Amino acid sequence: MVTTTIQSLRDLVADVPDPEIPVLTIEDLGILRDVRSTADGAIEVDITPTYSGCPAMDAIRDDITQRLIDAGHERIRVRLILAPAWTTDWISDDGRRKLTEFGIAPPSGAAPHRSGPVTLTLSVRCPRCGSPDTRELSRFGSTACKALWRCNQCREPFDHFKAL
Amino acid sequence: MSSSEIAVDTRVGEYALRLGDDALVLAQRTGEWIASAPELEEDLALGNLALDLLGQARSLLTYAGQADGSGRSEDDLAYFRDEREFRNCQLVELPSGDFGATMARLFVFASYQYELYSRLVDSADQTLAAIAAKALKEVAYHRDHTGAWVIRLGDGTEESHRRMQAGLDTIWPYVRELFESDDLVTELAAAGIAVDPADLDGPTMTHVRAVFLEATLDEPEPASHHSGGRRGIHTEQMGYLLAELQHLARSHPGAQW
Repeated sequence: MVTTTIQSLRDLVADVPDPEIPVLTIEDLGILRDVRSTADGAIEVDITPTYSGCPAMDAIRDDITQRLIDAGHERIRVRLILAPAWTTDWISDDGRRKLTEFGIAPPSGAAPHRSGPVTLTLSVRCPRCGSPDTRELSRFGSTACKALWRCNQCREPFDHFKAL
Repeated sequence: MSSSEIAVDTRVGEYALRLGDDALVLAQRTGEWIASAPELEEDLALGNLALDLLGQARSLLTYAGQADGSGRSEDDLAYFRDEREFRNCQLVELPSGDFGATMARLFVFASYQYELYSRLVDSADQTLAAIAAKALKEVAYHRDHTGAWVIRLGDGTEESHRRMQAGLDTIWPYVRELFESDDLVTELAAAGIAVDPADLDGPTMTHVRAVFLEATLDEPEPASHHSGGRRGIHTEQMGYLLAELQHLARSHPGAQW
């Protein structure tokens, strides 16, 4: 049994990378929702999926568990929670900057609200040359959370993290 | 959501099973398009769309096994039930057909799911409400994407129009089943847990008809309608679908992957 504060536990797991976008941590993405120790001495970590079918969740769960085991903890529960539903609004400013540097245009604007239709993004800046003159090639990209775009200026295709 | 927090109510379990089986079977059908779609972008789109449905199915089936008190896992339910135990509507099990028929089904089903989940987010059952809130964002995107294809093909060339219309004609006898009520859903709807499918008919069809109008497509008027999926009555195609879905798990019982 190791005595630690909640903050140090959180620090321990916060920089677990997303397996599909390894420049981002689960903290950057807003996937990490809560870390706490329970009355029975276990550590509970709450994570939430970006999409219902996100295949990265199992890997993230294993990585969190491994981090805590390596730090000497034994009783670990990683819980997958669905409510409140994840939104791209939870991606941190730091996360948005890292996405751009990685060549993925971050979600632009706030997530669409439940009653309205899917909102169209007015301007997505090319993460390579910065031009706002871009267009959507396909509404679905290499993973569920991204769409495929192309820059009309530098002609490079790029991924755009969809506002959700 | 640990199982200790879940109250056992076999009616809720059965309801979750219906919604989960719809998503599972349509995920299986849609996944068949991967590497066969008319263009690479659509391969990715259909793959992602199927993955969303599979994710919804996993949440719903996990909950079904907890709520019905049986303790069955999502895998137990997906791989080790026989045809008559599946509660999906027949629309989702039909072979995908060509790209027009595929888009016809996906569009109508996403339109139905959008209205369903828009209401289920207010369910008195917190797990169902949480699953719905997550899924709603996904199906809004599905509805939008497939609707754009219906318009593009319907209002496209003579050939694309013909095939889009033929696709609609193929699936239409199976659409009414989506909006059928029975004692179970009526009872659960009265308790604020489920959404009565009959209440989804109007709003779903309003959206669908608006798209058909833009796509210059006619709403088919089939001579008869099929149903029975909620009672475990399925089409001939269901057995073949399950054989492919389940054979690996059944050939290697207990295997993990």
